[in-house]
Amino acid sequence: MSDATATAIPHDAEGNVEVMAHHGPSDVHYVRIAVLLGVLTAIEVALSYAGLPIKLEIGLLLFVMAIKFVTVASHFMHLKFDDKMLTKIFYTGLILASGVYLAALSSLHLFAK
Amino acid sequence: MTDIAAPTTATPPAGDAPAESDGESHGLSHATSTGISNEKLAMWTFLGSECLLFGGLISTYLLYKDKAVHGPRPKDLYAIPFTSVSSFVLLMSSLTMVLAVSAIQRGDHRALRSWLATTALLGAVFISGQVYEFTVFVKEGLGFTTNAAGSAFFTLTGFHGVHVTLGIVMLISTLVLSLRGRLPQERAEAVEIVGLYWHFVDVVWILIFTVVYLIK
Repeated sequence: MSDATATAIPHDAEGNVEVMAHHGPSDVHYVRIAVLLGVLTAIEVALSYAGLPIKLEIGLLLFVMAIKFVTVASHFMHLKFDDKMLTKIFYTGLILASGVYLAALSSLHLFAK
Repeated sequence: MTDIAAPTTATPPAGDAPAESDGESHGLSHATSTGISNEKLAMWTFLGSECLLFGGLISTYLLYKDKAVHGPRPKDLYAIPFTSVSSFVLLMSSLTMVLAVSAIQRGDHRALRSWLATTALLGAVFISGQVYEFTVFVKEGLGFTTNAAGSAFFTLTGFHGVHVTLGIVMLISTLVLSLRGRLPQERAEAVEIVGLYWHFVDVVWILIFTVVYLIK
């Protein structure tokens, strides 16, 4: 029984699969994203020189880093515009890796005072 | 090894109905149960595993970054302004890479080649910066075997550098294929897959730059 929402793969008159180009955002969009990333990098460097309390500095740097990470993954790597399965695969690996290594580092008292 | 420049039409076996997939079809050469091409799925799965590799290397650096019985620690030698410029160069290479993918998707082969060459060049500039940084560190007394902190630093950044270098090789290979007329618009996904690897390399550097260089 077919899913009413499933999309059939298009075929031409001879039954061969039609290859379509995948079109994403415009080039201007990508340039805007690159400018944003440049600004975020500048903010990061400024934060490292700002002389903030260490915990605040680390928190802000990690926050800006996360924004840059998600921006590149979503826009340049097209996760935002592609099948959600790809997002699940990538972030599953990332979360697993982060969890495993945070647990390992905690057990080795890296975060202890 | 699969010839990625070959035309990608596929004729289903006689009598078989075309398979249906959940989600959109994106230029698939044959039906897949996921609706995503196998090559793209493989690259994403590979990148997921690479998260584990670099997670291990970054974790090791975090554990050893202050372990220096003799010789300087890496953080004593960082030149943040220089590394910031390197980071910016690599970020811009991600932009040129995505512009290359956009170019082949609209069939602009001249722009594709220009952007691929620019991306490879920017990657080479980044690697040059890394090599220069390594030579400065060695001159300042921090080599690969000087202390545990140095070993961890050079292993992490060295592995990243090797990934960037391999990415440059992939870019040049793609450029050569295009120059030989073996990369038609229908094979835009091949360039996209190379782009995925390149962007991942950039994303890893985003992590390394913040965690290793900026966080004291």
